[in-house]
Amino acid sequence: MAGFEHLLTALTPLNLAFALFGVVAGTVIGAIPGLTATMSVAVLVPLTFAMPTSSALILMGAIYTGAIYGGAYSAILLNTPGTPSAIATTFDGYPLAKKGDGDYAITIACLASVIGGLVGAVALMTLAPPLSQVALAFGPVEYFWLAIFGLSLIAALSEGSLIKGVAGGALGLLLSCIGVAEVAGDVRMTFGSQTMLSGIQIVAALIGLFCIPVLIDLVAQPGHHLKVDSGSRGFRLGEAVRYLWGDKINAIRSAVIGTVVGILPGAGGSIASLVSYSEAQRTAKPGQTYGKGEPGGIIASESANNATVGGGFIPTLVLGIPGTPPDAVILGALLVQGVRTGPSLFANQGEIVYTFIWGLILATILMLPTGLLIGRYAYRTIITLPKALLVPAIAFMTIIGSYAIRNNISDVIIMIVLGAFGWIIGRFGFTASPIVLGLILGPIAESGFVQAWTIGRATENQMGMFFGRPISIAIIVFTLFTLLSPFVLARLKKIKDQAHAD
Amino acid sequence: MKTTRRSLVMTGAALAFAAGLGMTALSAPAQAEYPEKPISYIIPFGPGGESDITARMQQPFFKDKFNQDLVISYKPGAGGAVGWSGLNSLKGDGYTMMGVNLPHIVLQPQQKDVGYKTDEITMLYWFHYTPDAIVVTDDSPFKTLQDLIKFAKENPGKMLFSGSGKGTAPHLAKVRFDKLAGVKTTYVPFKGTGASVAALMGKQVTAAMAFTTVAANYEKTRLLAVAMEKRHPRFPDVPTFKELGIDIVSGAYRGIAVPKSTPEPIRQKLTSMIKAVNEDPAFLKKMEEGGFAPVDYAYGKSADDFLSKFAEEVTAAAKEAGMLK
Repeated sequence: MAGFEHLLTALTPLNLAFALFGVVAGTVIGAIPGLTATMSVAVLVPLTFAMPTSSALILMGAIYTGAIYGGAYSAILLNTPGTPSAIATTFDGYPLAKKGDGDYAITIACLASVIGGLVGAVALMTLAPPLSQVALAFGPVEYFWLAIFGLSLIAALSEGSLIKGVAGGALGLLLSCIGVAEVAGDVRMTFGSQTMLSGIQIVAALIGLFCIPVLIDLVAQPGHHLKVDSGSRGFRLGEAVRYLWGDKINAIRSAVIGTVVGILPGAGGSIASLVSYSEAQRTAKPGQTYGKGEPGGIIASESANNATVGGGFIPTLVLGIPGTPPDAVILGALLVQGVRTGPSLFANQGEIVYTFIWGLILATILMLPTGLLIGRYAYRTIITLPKALLVPAIAFMTIIGSYAIRNNISDVIIMIVLGAFGWIIGRFGFTASPIVLGLILGPIAESGFVQAWTIGRATENQMGMFFGRPISIAIIVFTLFTLLSPFVLARLKKIKDQAHAD
Repeated sequence: MKTTRRSLVMTGAALAFAAGLGMTALSAPAQAEYPEKPISYIIPFGPGGESDITARMQQPFFKDKFNQDLVISYKPGAGGAVGWSGLNSLKGDGYTMMGVNLPHIVLQPQQKDVGYKTDEITMLYWFHYTPDAIVVTDDSPFKTLQDLIKFAKENPGKMLFSGSGKGTAPHLAKVRFDKLAGVKTTYVPFKGTGASVAALMGKQVTAAMAFTTVAANYEKTRLLAVAMEKRHPRFPDVPTFKELGIDIVSGAYRGIAVPKSTPEPIRQKLTSMIKAVNEDPAFLKKMEEGGFAPVDYAYGKSADDFLSKFAEEVTAAAKEAGMLK
């Protein structure tokens, strides 16, 4: 493997200590909704000025990867994604926890995160320069179609009522329009209020729509939050490893999707985990019940979102274009240190780059023991804490978290209003995920559409712009396939059954 | 006690430095100990942007000179307006200051009610700007600005510029470029400079209307012209627009403001401190390498005159672009 000689440089006691500290701190921060990977990396930046560049990078990379994993805890135990990347983890994680298998779900999440993280980091080490071209091949119209593909997942996510899912998605799209438009700069739907100018912050909406209904139900319903089984069952590691081995294709496929989506500067962990979740669901084996507590769903989501860490570093280090928001902060810290990223970075300053990548791999491996230990502690805390303590503690975290994201009190108010709204419509069978999906994908679809339209009009090739580019066509085909395959398969089955009956 | 004495010494040094530079020296003994604790430096954008990076670069120099930390925090939203509209309700004790950007604070209040007016912001110092520049990839067929203008003239509307947002420095520079060069080009707005450069490198557009900093940060890019009075020392071979007969000197300016309630002596003191950082030779070298262009418009007449001249120019350009009525 390239840069093997730098493994020893990465293995200094100081770097190991940084990797360990970063992973532990990141996991804890990521578990708290609202405290995101971006913020935790930004807080560290001043501390890194005095450090050697590769050590600084290892510390920031470790806290970043830890935070992405930590988001799984609250997703599984509280049905609240700790970071947007963990949305898809809630789909099966929370039902599993409800059944009393929260500890198992957390162990699965930990293993999947380590696998995803390693695949992303290895891609970064071996294939970074060629893979970085993926970031450039994606133009506005590709982002538009990717967002449309993302929206098509609503069909897969809305079990029960497709209409309710679509309505939720449409509401999310509308909510995403509030405030100053991302690229065109015009002001929409603020109703004259200055508070609404800054729009609806995704993480605040996430906390409100997912966590507040859980809190209200906790108070409204008697009995324990999660089903508690008697006796200690350890980490249930053997069970988890066996399941993972049986589902290894899912784990690897999700890691690859995560790596590639991580490379795209306009996408990120939330889209990566949603795409791989839908792929896992589409290729489900008979007997797998996605959305009802299927461990494969956790594997898909967690493997993909941790793979975006390594994937996101690819355009960051090779092109100087940050793949994800935390990468932008890390890139800034590098600029302050006087390190210029670019194609020659790998050639001229290989020492720094490869030491860092080995550090990232070490941090990812360290995530296995630390993640299992912290996860067990988090699980124990949530199931043993009496409701009288649990509810105020979570409520406090939701407020701190939604305030911390932009240091803005109006985000807290929006969080509470959306939360109450989410609880009410939840009674009528609407779920939070389509709304959040619309909120996340709306700006991506809109920006891509506006840009592609502008370019298409200028070059007098509107049709070619939207329907004539190879990557776009592939995404369109995929979208149609995802949307139509359940109907077609059901139809085929019917015909077959009829044939048998005759 | 040690820190207090140390900060006294540092303050003394700073005062001497400020006096030596011909700044208004302070005489009020009550402020002699300022700053005695870290100063909060609020960036009205998210972490990782150019405003953040600038603040990060100032941070160690400030600490070195005045032995107090600059504690950077973020208050993003509505293109900075959330931060600026809240500025005057913050505590004006000299321990809170905020990054300010142009053309943002001139255009936003004219476009809509954003909760602040341009003249309600107490500017201490404008420290640098990132000059507008036309950027192409290193393998672009356009070797000079004339090549690009020739292409634009032959293909009206088909020359595509990517740029960061609308009503922004790049957008307004594009409008002025069209007018002065006598061409018609198409502007494609992206979210931030990074995304507009990615679009350029991916060949989605023909050129980027961006900044000198882009060429400093991205390999495989080339500048065709910079919107400065004189050539940028980092890019001595790149002509200015002016040299080529197109009178554009513009860019995105950055400065620092304080809440209105900040007392006069502290305003002066803080101004001299920021100025001292901005004039440190090692800091200047870093800025130059990064592609920035330092300016020196300090609290009082200098900053006021600069802002009113800038506001006049940029408002006219924004009207031309249809961003203002």
